[in-house]
Amino acid sequence: MDNSQNIIARSATTTTPPQVRGHVDEVAKLIDVSKCIGCKACQVACMEWNDLRDDVGECHGTYDNPTDLTSESWTVMRFSEYETQEGNLEWLIRKDGCMHCAEPGCLKACPAPGAIVQYANGIVDFDSNHCIGCGYCITGCPFDIPRISPKDQKSYKCTLCSDRVNAGMEPACVKTCPTNCIEFGTKEDMLARAEKRVGDLKELGFRDAGIYDPAGVGGTHVMYVLHHANDPNRYSGLPKDPRISPLVGAWKGATKPIMSAIIGITAFAGVIHYMTKGPKEEPEEHAGHGQDDAPPPHSLGYDATRPRGEDR
Amino acid sequence: MKMPRDRLIRYSPLDRANHWTMAMVFVLLALSGLAFFHPAFFFLSHTLGGPVWARILHPFLGVVLVLLFYAMAARHVRRNLLGENDVQWVRQIGDVVDNRDEKLPPIGKYNPGQKLVYWALVVSIAVLLISGVIMWRPWFAGYFPIPLIRFASLLHTVSAFVAIVTIVVHVYAAIWVKGSIRSMTRGWVTRAWARHHHGLWAREQEEAQHREQQP
Repeated sequence: MDNSQNIIARSATTTTPPQVRGHVDEVAKLIDVSKCIGCKACQVACMEWNDLRDDVGECHGTYDNPTDLTSESWTVMRFSEYETQEGNLEWLIRKDGCMHCAEPGCLKACPAPGAIVQYANGIVDFDSNHCIGCGYCITGCPFDIPRISPKDQKSYKCTLCSDRVNAGMEPACVKTCPTNCIEFGTKEDMLARAEKRVGDLKELGFRDAGIYDPAGVGGTHVMYVLHHANDPNRYSGLPKDPRISPLVGAWKGATKPIMSAIIGITAFAGVIHYMTKGPKEEPEEHAGHGQDDAPPPHSLGYDATRPRGEDR
Repeated sequence: MKMPRDRLIRYSPLDRANHWTMAMVFVLLALSGLAFFHPAFFFLSHTLGGPVWARILHPFLGVVLVLLFYAMAARHVRRNLLGENDVQWVRQIGDVVDNRDEKLPPIGKYNPGQKLVYWALVVSIAVLLISGVIMWRPWFAGYFPIPLIRFASLLHTVSAFVAIVTIVVHVYAAIWVKGSIRSMTRGWVTRAWARHHHGLWAREQEEAQHREQQP
């Protein structure tokens, strides 16, 4: 694992992770959807650098190939054919993959200490060696990104080429992109570049152009420039306002300390009750009972004030 | 086996075997489940041979628990419905807690506290089963939409919490009421114990014996 001394968040960990190194610039990958030609060179570069060889899948009638992210396809081009109100066809191509959220739902949900980490530069990385295969990262992710491998039951996703970035290189997809649709740098620089590009797009007539850096997850370290930022959904279901689901928040938030405490307090209350009130001791036999035959019902010594039916 | 005259049979060998099998399975489930629930408990995943084995085995153990529990619950449902004097017993819960047992009305085979344990587990284990199947990877979770898995995960946590607190109360009650652990290990209680804690049940049992002896 890279950057092991510069981790700002670590799954299933309640203490501060190692972060002895000082200030680190946050990085970001900027994907300018308006420049993408759908060549899939980024998919190939991803496979090559990360040494992944997914099975050959099936065509389902579009250019999507493979048709979905898998444990061995960490990025896919999603093609959508969108018809505008004026009757024009827009071919919207979005490179899908991990968004590297500032507030990662996967990390929040993961129960295995250290299986998911977030580096100071913003990259969210899976340490598959610590993954237990529970799939909670899938449950926690607002973008439906992680995939569990059927081969080893470990979860995988884009690492933002954390190994390359750590060595001062850009991610493989960025290096290979022939149209400079994918760029990489500090988040600050990428935001400045995105803003300039949005301005250009607006001049070209895309009034709703904008940056996709959703605040609901604290911003992301993979950002899009969209020509229709008002409706991200039309880019193959990119969520308009992604956030960690309140259900995940409740599941992995307040319930944990509160319910743990109540379980402990219940057991402790038992100890205190036993020490103060004592046990209900084994009752002793009344004289004359127990040794003889089963006594008739009328001699059982119940509370005489209790009303008693005749038929029992 | 012939039971001495001062004893009554409370739990059959089948009930006892079922109970202690369930107890062991429940403890393993609770420990491994707590491991996934809170980082402070993660070390408990080693009770099932490490975190990955805990993830693999936990749901299968859950199915075992469900089978054992509902086989038992179905046979005892009648005894766990609201019975004579139950409401009065609950009104006098202060006397129960303070061990003023002589003031309590006689009740049936199970007191309202035991019935509450029964029904809390009937409900929570059903919720655990349904939500657990929805979360179960790699076998079933893939067939369900992610928002449903989120809801199931929360439900699983809450119902496991209910079940664990219920079992903590159940275990303490067994330690508190002397003679009850023996009833579940050996199967019998003294007549005095039965009359003291479950007067209506004791009378019912003794009347049944009386009838058998007078053909």
